[in-house]
Amino acid sequence: MTIGSLIMLFIAAALVNNLVLSMFLGICPFLGVSRKVDMAFGMGCAVTFVITLSAIVTWLLVHGVLVPVGGAMSLDLSFLKYVIFIAVIASMVQLVEMYLRKFFPSLYTAFGVFLPLITTNCAILGACLLIDMRSYNLVEAITFSFAGGIGFALAITIMAGIREHLVFSDIPKAMKGPGITLLVAAILAMSFMGFAGMMR
Amino acid sequence: MANDNGNGAAAQFKAGVWSDNPVLVQLLGMCPTLAITNSVENALVMGAAATFVLVCSNLVTSVLRPLIRPHVRILIFTITIATFVTIADRYLAAHMFEVSKKLGAFVPLIIVNCIIICRAEVCAIKNGPIKSLCDAFGIGLGFTIALTILGVIRELLGSGSLLGYPVMPAGFEHWVIMVLPPGAFLTLGIVIGVVNHLRLRRSAGGAA
Repeated sequence: MTIGSLIMLFIAAALVNNLVLSMFLGICPFLGVSRKVDMAFGMGCAVTFVITLSAIVTWLLVHGVLVPVGGAMSLDLSFLKYVIFIAVIASMVQLVEMYLRKFFPSLYTAFGVFLPLITTNCAILGACLLIDMRSYNLVEAITFSFAGGIGFALAITIMAGIREHLVFSDIPKAMKGPGITLLVAAILAMSFMGFAGMMR
Repeated sequence: MANDNGNGAAAQFKAGVWSDNPVLVQLLGMCPTLAITNSVENALVMGAAATFVLVCSNLVTSVLRPLIRPHVRILIFTITIATFVTIADRYLAAHMFEVSKKLGAFVPLIIVNCIIICRAEVCAIKNGPIKSLCDAFGIGLGFTIALTILGVIRELLGSGSLLGYPVMPAGFEHWVIMVLPPGAFLTLGIVIGVVNHLRLRRSAGGAA
């Protein structure tokens, strides 16, 4: 594994296979919390933070506990993965919340309600599962999850920027709200497809 | 209350399919909706799997509701859901390997499908098993219908086939974009627009 391949992995995860726009993970916050740029950016930062932490912890749990314990008992414990992953993510979010409240109160108030919401963000669980399915090593797992978080933050911030302007446009009544947002997302997804040309 | 239980249950079922349709009206569970509707088969299997998990988790939550303390309820919901998702995932991998491979990470991702947590929180924790079951079947059916509509549109235009059988006349140019990610956003946006239009017209007609 070289630095070059890690950079490739980073670009692939952040732009080409953007979690939101090409893998459809984390669509709910993408549509729900993209009304204002500063809120969207806060959400993006919180997700990047939690996604990286959870990826590290779940990777360590799978390779440090599940595999050796399963091997010692000659059992395949992989069916426990989903339950463990979701429990790790829920407690990670809980921990991050307590830590921020104690040591960085200003950041905590800035994130506000988004922190608990992250538990049900499928981007996080999705990233952990993908890391497991593609059997990345620890360094690759960290790169992939961090890049995925950056990609999420990028997509949601761009979306919020567009929606702030969309407020002033004349949209047919039936298309207001989710309808037009999805069409904008379609155009965004098309433009992100252009990044596929970078991987060659 | 016991009297109108049957009525309430039936109404709950109908609401789940149309007026509270989880995808088209409440905009929940968007991720699988967008990701796996590039063919009808995927849409049907995903709908069935999510309905199974929803029914089981609603039943368990509703039966356990006297024991669940409010502050740990979300944790209990997620663990319950994760258990049933594991069952569904193993079943799919054993009996429908090809589809399970195509759905990939989206079967385990049913765990964080907000529809299911939402129904546990809104319905199952407050109501008895019968009403919760009807609710789960209604919402599950509504989810499956919405997925199938999207699947039909995208597979028809994108690959010119339905359930894998070619149906479009020869010479039909495939709209490749429809099976790619942007097509998902586009189709869902337009379908939601149409549904909204129908609802607006109906409520306008009712008022006149």
